[in-house]
Amino acid sequence: MPRGNATASKALRPEAVPPRQGSYNAAIADQTANLAIRGLLLFLIGVFLALVLNLLQVQRNVTLFPPDGFASIFSSAWWVPPCCGTASAVIGLLYPCIDRLLGEPHKFKREWSSVMRCVAVFVGINHASAKVDFANNVQLSLTLAALSIGLWWTFDRSCSGLGLGFAIAFLATLTTQLLVYNGLFQYTSPDFLYVRSWLPCIFFAGVITMGSIGRQLAMYEYKVVQEKTHQD
Amino acid sequence: MTVREKLRQKISAGFYWHGLLCASYPVPIILFTAVCILTCCYPLLKLPLPGTGPVEFTTGVRDYMVPPQEPSGDPGERPDWYRGPPVAYIQQVLVKAAVSPWDNRLVPVDAFRSPLGRVFSLLDEIRNHVHSDSSGVRSLEALCLQVTDLLPGLRRMQALLPEHGCLLVSPGNYWQNQRELFDSDPDLLRTVQQYEPKGLHTSATLKDLLFGVHGKQTGVSLNSRNRVVTYTITMALRHYDVRFLGSLRSRLKQLHPSANCSLREEHMVHVHFKEEIGVAELIPLVTTYIILFAYIYFSTRKIDMVKSKWGLALAAVVTVLSSLLMSVGLCTLFGLTPTLNGGEIFPYLVVVIGLENVLVLTKSVVSTPVDLEVKLRIAQGLSNESWSIMKNMATELCIILIGYFTLVPAIQEFCLFAVVGLVSDFFLQMLFFTTVLSIDIRRMELADLNRRLPAEAGMPPAKPGPLRPRETPPPPRPSPHTITLQTPAFRNLRLPKRLRVVYFLARTRLAQRIIMAGTVIWIGILLYTDPAGLRTYLAAQVSEQSPLGGAGLPHLAVAPVFPGGDPTGTLNVLPQADPTPALSENLSQGHAPPGISWGPEDEEGWRRLSYRHWPSFFSYYNITLAKRYISILPVIPVTFHVTPREALETRHPQDTRHAPPLQTDPSPNALPHGAPVQTDLTLYKVAALGLAAGVLLVLLLFCLYRLLCPRNYGQNGVQHGRRRRGDLPCDDYGYSPPVSEISPLLLRGHNMDIECLASDGMLLASCCLAGQIRVWDAQTGDCLTVIPNHGLRRCSSSGGWEHRDGWDAGAVTDLETLGGAEGQDAGGAGYPVRRRAAPSRPTLFGDQPDLTALIDTSFGQQPPSQAPSASSGFDFGGLVERAYLEHEPSVSPVFSAPPPQPVQRRRSLGDQPMAPTDWDSAVWALELRGNLIAAGRSSGKLEVCLWDAVEGSLRCSNEDGVSGITALAFLNNRIVAARLNGSLDFFTVDINKPLGLLQYRGGPGRGSMPPSPCYSSDDVISCQLTRSVQCAHQKPITVLRAAAGRVVTGSQDHTVRVYRLEDSCCLFTLQGHSGGITAIYIDQTMVLASGGQDGAICLWDVLTGSRVSHVYGHRGDVTSLVCTTSCVISSGLDDLICIWDRSTGIKLYSIQQVLGCGASFGVISDSLLVTGGQGCVSFWDLNFGDLLQTVYLGASSEGQGVRQLVVLDNAAIVCDFGSELSLVYVPSVLEKLD
Repeated sequence: MPRGNATASKALRPEAVPPRQGSYNAAIADQTANLAIRGLLLFLIGVFLALVLNLLQVQRNVTLFPPDGFASIFSSAWWVPPCCGTASAVIGLLYPCIDRLLGEPHKFKREWSSVMRCVAVFVGINHASAKVDFANNVQLSLTLAALSIGLWWTFDRSCSGLGLGFAIAFLATLTTQLLVYNGLFQYTSPDFLYVRSWLPCIFFAGVITMGSIGRQLAMYEYKVVQEKTHQD
Repeated sequence: MTVREKLRQKISAGFYWHGLLCASYPVPIILFTAVCILTCCYPLLKLPLPGTGPVEFTTGVRDYMVPPQEPSGDPGERPDWYRGPPVAYIQQVLVKAAVSPWDNRLVPVDAFRSPLGRVFSLLDEIRNHVHSDSSGVRSLEALCLQVTDLLPGLRRMQALLPEHGCLLVSPGNYWQNQRELFDSDPDLLRTVQQYEPKGLHTSATLKDLLFGVHGKQTGVSLNSRNRVVTYTITMALRHYDVRFLGSLRSRLKQLHPSANCSLREEHMVHVHFKEEIGVAELIPLVTTYIILFAYIYFSTRKIDMVKSKWGLALAAVVTVLSSLLMSVGLCTLFGLTPTLNGGEIFPYLVVVIGLENVLVLTKSVVSTPVDLEVKLRIAQGLSNESWSIMKNMATELCIILIGYFTLVPAIQEFCLFAVVGLVSDFFLQMLFFTTVLSIDIRRMELADLNRRLPAEAGMPPAKPGPLRPRETPPPPRPSPHTITLQTPAFRNLRLPKRLRVVYFLARTRLAQRIIMAGTVIWIGILLYTDPAGLRTYLAAQVSEQSPLGGAGLPHLAVAPVFPGGDPTGTLNVLPQADPTPALSENLSQGHAPPGISWGPEDEEGWRRLSYRHWPSFFSYYNITLAKRYISILPVIPVTFHVTPREALETRHPQDTRHAPPLQTDPSPNALPHGAPVQTDLTLYKVAALGLAAGVLLVLLLFCLYRLLCPRNYGQNGVQHGRRRRGDLPCDDYGYSPPVSEISPLLLRGHNMDIECLASDGMLLASCCLAGQIRVWDAQTGDCLTVIPNHGLRRCSSSGGWEHRDGWDAGAVTDLETLGGAEGQDAGGAGYPVRRRAAPSRPTLFGDQPDLTALIDTSFGQQPPSQAPSASSGFDFGGLVERAYLEHEPSVSPVFSAPPPQPVQRRRSLGDQPMAPTDWDSAVWALELRGNLIAAGRSSGKLEVCLWDAVEGSLRCSNEDGVSGITALAFLNNRIVAARLNGSLDFFTVDINKPLGLLQYRGGPGRGSMPPSPCYSSDDVISCQLTRSVQCAHQKPITVLRAAAGRVVTGSQDHTVRVYRLEDSCCLFTLQGHSGGITAIYIDQTMVLASGGQDGAICLWDVLTGSRVSHVYGHRGDVTSLVCTTSCVISSGLDDLICIWDRSTGIKLYSIQQVLGCGASFGVISDSLLVTGGQGCVSFWDLNFGDLLQTVYLGASSEGQGVRQLVVLDNAAIVCDFGSELSLVYVPSVLEKLD
């Protein structure tokens, strides 16, 4: 049976070096702890999303009754969820860092309800890619691309977000191609060289989502720092 | 642009009028909306309820036609799914075989070995059956469902299930359909059992699959009761060929006739399977729902500034949900049947529609000016946001329309739903939510109005604390006036959150109900999803436990022939529910023939299989049955009778080895014990599991309890963890209020321990044991006046006093002349705070035993009459006086020497020598009103004297009394003095200037404080005794309080008396205590509470003199009492502060105080309690009993307890802290708490 290793979605991103916190001049220990907590949270979110979304993809090609439910959660390679987690942690930390470097904190719709909406739309895009029957792959890819861009427009609207999203999506797709080429896993019906053509869209949407979460988490730190300066 | 502006104005105006309409007629509009919602949802009733159980449809065999792919004209009877050919036709050949007659030589294995062996010949027959007629030659090979590979995960089954060929299964598959393998198999049972899963399982097992009947029915076991082996040969056919099947049926029947078989063969059952939601499929669904709820939570959290947040959040959610329902309903109404999985797309629809508009509306309406009318507020709020709402909606519609042109059916459908949902959501927002919002805002304004009403009605603002009117007497209270107790419904007894949660759980028995409902739902789900399995399970349980089953066994052993005909044979099948009641007339036929019997239950034996049987069967070959159906053809009955000789011939040599023949051991217990032992083991396992689960549950509950309720509220003597210095209090969410460093202001100057304190908010008068009175500014902490005890100088009997005062005055003048005393002050920052340890003391009392120890211990042991300001002097004064008298003779030589060293103290304002007057005793009571100080002295000679507080000059005095004044009350222009002999004197302070011309002190900066009258220095003040009640009490009066035109006295003769202030007439004598009265509280609202030495607290109605409530709260005396609007706070000698509910008299909680500090507490506002401790004061949230903050008074102050605590108007606290006073300003953070 063709077990869909279809998505190692948003996994396989190159491991970037975590942003250095040298730019902060506040108390280093506090900062590091905060950074670690944020990274851990983002990692967990990434792992969770990877498992769930992978499950969605697996179901598409699996028969009605998989032999046992829980095994299929871990049906793909074991290293996919940790990779996703690491990647999302890196992205989630990278976004606020870049915002800070550019000197303009992201202000557009910075609240948790909006972030939740973003995550829901991201899951929905995955859902659509997995469950909706499209006439052909071009249509599917175009629809998903439009949805991804719409996601960015609705929830992000920052140039840095767009650029980073494109860059990471490109890198991730490249990495996946390489991995598939080396035979580490395979897609059921590749239509875009070795992978599915919608993969970049999913990567892009995932980057935007994780960036949104990361920025929202960074808000807390920002607030704390602000309060501290007020107190001082 | 102009068009746009015009449009914008139009929209704005339209929304304005709409808002006016909604706010004007809320009820009709809500009703209208509800009707709309119900109407639109009505078509939903026709939709089938979702479920995962298979659905059946029965047709006749005779005129069966493959249903057309497109729905034909008569949809009447046919379900929707009955279209096109089925996945497969299932033809089962049901074989019943038995060895008959049963022979004594036979072993149990023989009961099924040779009957099972017949399957191979039967298989050959079926495989080789060829039907030929005019249309050609057909065989099974051509008709059957060809299958390919098994799923990769099922490699271990590869040998058992057919691959690359006809899907034809039978028990013969266990032996690869080879007779030789079967014959050489030494242990058939093990072969069958080795593929069974070990643990609990819900889906079909391999045994069920191959045998085609439920495992219990097969008869392939060593302790089978009727020794009839039942199995089926199951074949899946791709095409339905009537003639071939008919010929096969007739041939098999002919070859192996089944006598008395009357199975009906005219019905064919089509079973439709729905998409099953497995755990794996559920996880993404659950995730999306979690995200949805998080979204809703974070959205509704933003609703603010409204009366009921929860109500509005609910309204918002109702708006979105009902708009979705409406959209589905409308789409159904117009013929669009939803094909999408509703549950899956639902969260996305909610997210697309969103709650944003609702929130924007709320925010906009709330931010309109509050003083407008509700209607106008709504209208304005709506029109403010109208443009953005319309713009957003247009954008969303556009996006969705774009989605509609993707031409993907699923997305199109989604978009259609979303469009209708958006429109209906807009409709509901405009009509439903706006109206609800208007109602809510009206409610809020009403609530505000209600809150304002009492104040307008002339009630005094319920300001707790020692706030008393200054000048004008309170307006005559409207009679009949009783103690205003709020009704319980309006009292918000604000318990801690976790306690409230627990109370809520306890009150509604939520946990039990949830568990009950959960159990019911669980059972329902079980019944719903797996009816056949459960029923068979129950049936099997019943039949196993039936006593007849055991009784039948010896009978069986004796009966030589046809054991299958034994009643036990029917017992086996009797409890099983008949799935087709229409066929129940056939029941009687099952009993008639001996041997193998055919009953109606055999007709559709597949029903007893798990309902997952067929899906899992096909899923092995990667064929899904979801949303498809199979057709099950009537079974072909086949009966085999095997003679004992045949059975013996086919016996495997090892069969006899592991199962002894039955007749060698006739007792029923000698049966192979495998199964019973197994059930026993299962029973034990289940019991152990249950026990473990129970223990775990108990542990979990215990942990939960510890987590939720770490403190024991309402219990006596529980120590609240007082935080150490530096420990910040924080609430449940880890939030700790920012620490504004409260630095207490120390008022230093007294040489001895402070005895009396009096304050009117502006000024603070204190008197130490030495009789020195100091007046302080309560705002800045400056010492305004020092009134030394000059009278002692004149007193011929006491040289020591004279010396002391002389020294005192000298020291003061010394400092004055120094001029640079401020510098000394600054330099004195490091000197020890504990004034008692100051070096001046030892030299003063050079050869005397240290008095401080005596004084210290006496505080704790004395009868507690030390209410904060007035009466505390009673015992101390007497005691100290005695102490001084004792040591008098030896004092005088010592003090002839000059004082050895100057004493550092604050520079005093207006510190000047007084005009000498006649005093010779300690001050026992002190009162301060305006700038007059009234001091009651212990001596019999002089009782009342009035001081000008600012100038420190004596204005008048009265020396009429004989006995020492134990308590003073200064109200308006009257002074009441209680004396040691139980008499009560009323004085009137007369000023030669009319009251109206009084100057008022207090600048604009102190505007919040009531002005206090100021007597100018040239007024002549006279104090006259107006009336003296000689025998007010039989015993010394211990407490005296005055408020609201009443004077209340408490005495050691166990009674409380209430006097009217104007005419000093005794109104009531309140009896109810069984001990001396030690504490009394009365305030402007005429709440009277008294506490006694018996530890009882009584609440009285001042107007009728009746007792309202009576509680016993303390072990020992009640030392202090304060009432707030909702509770009574008492402290006792047991160093416990108890907080009582005022109306019910229930103790809410208690706070353990440090030893000796029991009586020191005060209430700052309705929700802030201050208690004194060991060198610190603590702030408590009165409603929750939580420690808010602890303020330390000194650097090394652990040893010194705070004994008295007075709360001033400006929320500063003055603590008697040894010989010093501390002024602590309550931080603003804490003030905001109420």
